[in-house]
Amino acid sequence: MSKRLTVSASPHVRSNETTTGIMLDVIIALIPALIMSVVYFGTRALALTAVTVASAVIAEYLSRKVMKRSNTLGDLSAVVTGLILAFNLPATLPLWMAAVGSVIAIVVVKQMFGGIGQNFVNPAMTARIILMVSFPTAMAKWVTPFQNCWNADAVTSATPMATLASAKGGDLSAVADALPTLTDMLLGKHGGSMGEVCSIALICGGLYLMLRRVISPIIPFAFIGTVAATMFLYSGFNLEYTAYQLLGGGLMLGAFFMATDYTTCPINKKGKLIFGIGCGLITFVIRVFGALPEGVSFSIILMNILVPHIENLSAAKPFGTLKEKKGKKEEKKA
Amino acid sequence: MSKKTQGVLSAVRRGRGGVRVSHSKNTAEMPVERMPIPSKVVISMQQHIGVPCTPLVKVGDIVAVGQKIGDSDKFVSAPIHATISGKVTAVGDIKLANGIITKGVTIESDGEMRMCEYIKPPVVTNKEELCAAVRESGLVGLGGAGFPTHVKLNVPADKKIDTLIINAAECEPYITVDYRECVENSENVIKGVEKVRQLLGIEKVIIAIEDNKPKVFEIMKEIADRDNEIGDAIKLMTLRSQYPQGAEKMMVLSATGRKVPPGKLPADVGCIVMNVASIAFIARYLETGKPLVSRSITVDGGAIKEPKNLRVPIGTNIQDIIDFCGGFKSEPRKIISGGPMMGIAICDTNAPICKQNNALLAFDDRKDLIKTERECIRCGRCVDVCPMSLMPTLIERYARIKDAEKLEKIGIGVCMECGSCAYACPSGRPLVQYMRLAKQVLREESAKK
Repeated sequence: MSKRLTVSASPHVRSNETTTGIMLDVIIALIPALIMSVVYFGTRALALTAVTVASAVIAEYLSRKVMKRSNTLGDLSAVVTGLILAFNLPATLPLWMAAVGSVIAIVVVKQMFGGIGQNFVNPAMTARIILMVSFPTAMAKWVTPFQNCWNADAVTSATPMATLASAKGGDLSAVADALPTLTDMLLGKHGGSMGEVCSIALICGGLYLMLRRVISPIIPFAFIGTVAATMFLYSGFNLEYTAYQLLGGGLMLGAFFMATDYTTCPINKKGKLIFGIGCGLITFVIRVFGALPEGVSFSIILMNILVPHIENLSAAKPFGTLKEKKGKKEEKKA
Repeated sequence: MSKKTQGVLSAVRRGRGGVRVSHSKNTAEMPVERMPIPSKVVISMQQHIGVPCTPLVKVGDIVAVGQKIGDSDKFVSAPIHATISGKVTAVGDIKLANGIITKGVTIESDGEMRMCEYIKPPVVTNKEELCAAVRESGLVGLGGAGFPTHVKLNVPADKKIDTLIINAAECEPYITVDYRECVENSENVIKGVEKVRQLLGIEKVIIAIEDNKPKVFEIMKEIADRDNEIGDAIKLMTLRSQYPQGAEKMMVLSATGRKVPPGKLPADVGCIVMNVASIAFIARYLETGKPLVSRSITVDGGAIKEPKNLRVPIGTNIQDIIDFCGGFKSEPRKIISGGPMMGIAICDTNAPICKQNNALLAFDDRKDLIKTERECIRCGRCVDVCPMSLMPTLIERYARIKDAEKLEKIGIGVCMECGSCAYACPSGRPLVQYMRLAKQVLREESAKK
């Protein structure tokens, strides 16, 4: 009998949370926004999502196989990457381009750096940027909602972000006609990437993740809060302009689903705060002073790269470490 | 200050981190039963943190209960006593439940439980006499760590102790012996507290109990309120039931708001923390002079037929204890000495019980294997739950590449291996094992220098 007893390190009990469960929660949180994108952009949105998810899963399976590593499809992270990438694309993007994006995200950004937990930038965000510079026309074709997106000649329009970029100093009077109403901004009835338009669905998804304790509220609040504060100051306390800035572009998607990516954000609370504020500041600078109308993707990528330094500088001291002690050490060195 | 303990204090400060583990206190209402005298006991010479004892008896000697059979001349050590009366049949290497081989004395019972004739209540009038008496009693921390109590009480004169904290948190799941101690021997607990408080000249005593044990508050409060003087000095405190509330540093923080610095002891911030069973033992010892020869343990877990709280002579065979509890009802896959969070998985039931064992848990399933081990996704749960503000996932990384310098910098030394990180990890990584590996890396590095 005693031969069958197992000996292992403590603890001998574990919580019920699993990686797969966490990823499943993220997928659930993304579903409202997916439904809304199908409402606005029709079956084309669904087809695009199917292509990105399928190619992400296949790319993950094949790359792990080629690298002779274990199969990791069970953790569902490839599905999440595919879903989020689809959300970042215009509904009219040729399907093969979307597939290329998935392969870049999974193979180049994620698996070549060691797979889940090892990549240093967000895979979906990097894929979006690579697609943006590779296919600038197709990636900037923003069709207006409620039309057949399978049609190559679908009517396009400027995104609210492009319109806002021409409103220098936060003065909305010149561009008021070109902007959708704030209600439409919240519901998503405007041009933009298929998954980012409906802010309210993304906020619901984000709240779900916070309630399930999958993500900490620090990054979304710091990120959105910083954008709100800077925009409010910049526009000379114009609430309407600030609201457009918050609801337009990829801010909600970025703040709730992409900046909070475990692998590419700091693991400590203080680090998360710095990370969120940094994302917000860079977004503000790019949107207001940059040549591009939208800066969420670049801000997240830039902050991703800084994560190891943020962690190093903001790490909490071990329990009970005395503050004077540090000073004493420095004195000794000097 | 009021004349009586009006109500119950609440924790001064809430510790960070921790995890909410299922309490599973199935045996809470089971009074401690006395186990029949075993036919044979094997008494280890290493039942404490510190230097092992040298056997004082030889094969063929006749010993009585309470007779000293092992001692050491080193300070951090505690003597060992015979736990049954009978004949010494072997002195030599024995294997403990955790696989460690050490010196031990085997005694075959004569069935009489004859008391050693020189046992008499010690005369204790000051701190030095108390420390000497406690040393003679062989008492070690009964909460699990097994730190010799006389060392703990013998605080250097330059360290002023103002608070004595009685740890009755019992935050480990399943274990209920401390709870039973509070309920059944509450008079002894208060008596022991009063004795130690007066002899060491400590102003304040805090009896800290997790809020999932309301019955203990009623009993303790009643006794403390009976005497105005005692009631003034002894306060009850309710603590949030969150693992690892009973850890010494967490206890000091919750009870006083003070943080014990890395590498320091509670005495450095003016506190002594004692387990409730240890303090009750001191009270009994000062009255009777009978050294530590038996202890209470919880026997529980899915594979045990009749879970029980038992009082067993130290050195009793683990298999005998399980048989007394009706044996196994299903095939055990894992047997743990101690609680499920910090206990040690044992490889053989043919081994003796030691002073610091507080539970025997046998499971027919592997609760630690409910999730597959995957790569770290840097979710940060281990960082959030670490009560010591460490970053377990980084420690794992540095331990794997054996970077001793980085490990020292991020403070692996304060890790108490409470297991919160590994419990919370969604990727099922064996983080405590990596924490131990990290400490080993540091030890090897400092040995090189």
